Amino acid sequence: MTNRAGFVRETFTALRKDSLGMTGLVIVVTILLLTLFASILSPYDPLEVDVYNRLVGPSWQHWLGTDQLGRDVLSRVLYGGRVALKVSLVAISVSMAAGLLLGMMAGFGPKWLDRVLVICFDTLRSFPTIMFALSIVALTGPSLNTVIGIIIITSIPVYGRIVRTQTQAMRDNDFILAERAMGASTAHILRHHVLPNIAAPLLILASMDVPAVVGMEAGLSFLGLGVSAPTPSWGSILNDGYSYLRNSPWPIIAGGIPLILVTLGFTFFGESLRDILDPKLRGKGGKF
Amino acid sequence: MIRFITRRGLLALFILFLAVSLLFAMIHMMPGDPANVLLGPKASPELKAELKQRMGLDQPLLVQLGRFYNDLAHGDLGIDVFSDRQVSEIVFEQLPYTLALVLAAIGGATLLGIPLGCFSALRRNSLLDRLTAIMSVAFIAIPSFVVALYLLLWLAVKWRWFPAMGAGESGNIADQAHHLVLPAVALGLGWVGYIARLVRASMLEVMEENHIRTARAFGLPERTIIVHYALRIAVLPTVTILGLGIGTMLSGALFAEIVFSRPGIGKLLHEAVLSRNYPVVMGSVLVTTTFFVLSTLVSDIINATLDPRLRERGKSS
Repeated sequence: MTNRAGFVRETFTALRKDSLGMTGLVIVVTILLLTLFASILSPYDPLEVDVYNRLVGPSWQHWLGTDQLGRDVLSRVLYGGRVALKVSLVAISVSMAAGLLLGMMAGFGPKWLDRVLVICFDTLRSFPTIMFALSIVALTGPSLNTVIGIIIITSIPVYGRIVRTQTQAMRDNDFILAERAMGASTAHILRHHVLPNIAAPLLILASMDVPAVVGMEAGLSFLGLGVSAPTPSWGSILNDGYSYLRNSPWPIIAGGIPLILVTLGFTFFGESLRDILDPKLRGKGGKF
Repeated sequence: MIRFITRRGLLALFILFLAVSLLFAMIHMMPGDPANVLLGPKASPELKAELKQRMGLDQPLLVQLGRFYNDLAHGDLGIDVFSDRQVSEIVFEQLPYTLALVLAAIGGATLLGIPLGCFSALRRNSLLDRLTAIMSVAFIAIPSFVVALYLLLWLAVKWRWFPAMGAGESGNIADQAHHLVLPAVALGLGWVGYIARLVRASMLEVMEENHIRTARAFGLPERTIIVHYALRIAVLPTVTILGLGIGTMLSGALFAEIVFSRPGIGKLLHEAVLSRNYPVVMGSVLVTTTFFVLSTLVSDIINATLDPRLRERGKSS
């Protein structure tokens, strides 16, 4: 446990020296807090319609203006973060867990299983993600759960591939062979040796994956194929704004900024984390 | 090498076959009757039966799949039940628009990305290098449809520098190019950053090599060394990913096409999805997936030609 605490402290100390990574972390934490406390911070109910104040620009009453139904854009943006947060949390953790399991099975299991799993991974990856998403939505109809399902299906191969490669690299190490010779079970080896070693690359991949997942959810909601109205999501705010672009630019400006901030924040944070945790870069005296 | 290409090609074909069959099966096994969806709940049973027969939906799934591949082998992607036109005709009518957009985007990204990467490698740790590094990451991260929306908002609607919608008057190349600028920027911006990063990394590696040192020892001008000896090698990794870029962009073009109301495969698919026009969905996904798989294949083969180690690795996996 102390080891783990030391590792976290060491990572954080290294992160503090990297201004870009730290900026990323600050952006991410700020947006997380704004989203979590949306119910306290929002000046209005995000679903409250006010037809007398449609498409007005920023004012003291409505800091980011209102949309085509007179709903407060700031409140919708704050609540919209919840959808992005939910989708990325659920989709990334499920696909990471499934990718971990399948990747370990492919890397440590019999050869035939490896072949079958690799072909499955490659088949799923051969679909361009957005096209795959659109064809599924064509069948099931738009819903947030469908979006989460699509992201999980298309992300599993990415995690699975990485875990497989790392597991295979570990498998042939002398100390693993020694463990085996001493009678350690496969489950024991996977849990105590393979898992701790692939945790860091997985963590980096997950933090770099957030922008893609948030972008995917927003993209599908922008196309009218994600969350159903009137639920606010950054993508649906942009979709509403797009139709009334010539009347008021504010919904588009306000819906796009959090998307840009989140994707930048997580990318800068993820890149910095990679530089810190990637032992290869560290050994060569990379950034730190 | 021929063995590698054959193996990799067969694998790509097999994967494509699996992907298309999976899509076909999904479309046909989903709950809900496609005839019902197409005709609405009030349609008479006779009308539904007739449509089902026309679409071949009254046959077992395997027969339908066999028929689908048989038609596909003859270049037939089925018939769009709404307009009664061949799906292949509709898809190939839209394909040139998407290809033009993708080529403009990738061309622009290469023209900007290579010098940007080259300069930041030569002026390492300078302000330009740091700015390029931050911008490259930023360009890659920001979703392309947000870029497209902001470009539309400012450059087309507010300042009216560029047209806001359409692909331009047919036959008028200048007008078409003018319509192409904003969608191509939205689509290619992420790739500028990606290419700049790639070129920077490989340029740094190449500049350390012996032949550069030798060229310097011979007293060649720095410009000649950079352009003729370093950059020529440093752009190779970029060339190999361009294939992959074209494949990825073909589907990524969808957002740019929708935001700028441009004709193209992406817009066709989006409209087909909204109207649940399954034959057109299947046709456009099939064409883009084929392009995607082929472009991955081509870039793998180019990579293996340039780097024999990959061929060896390919054998063992």
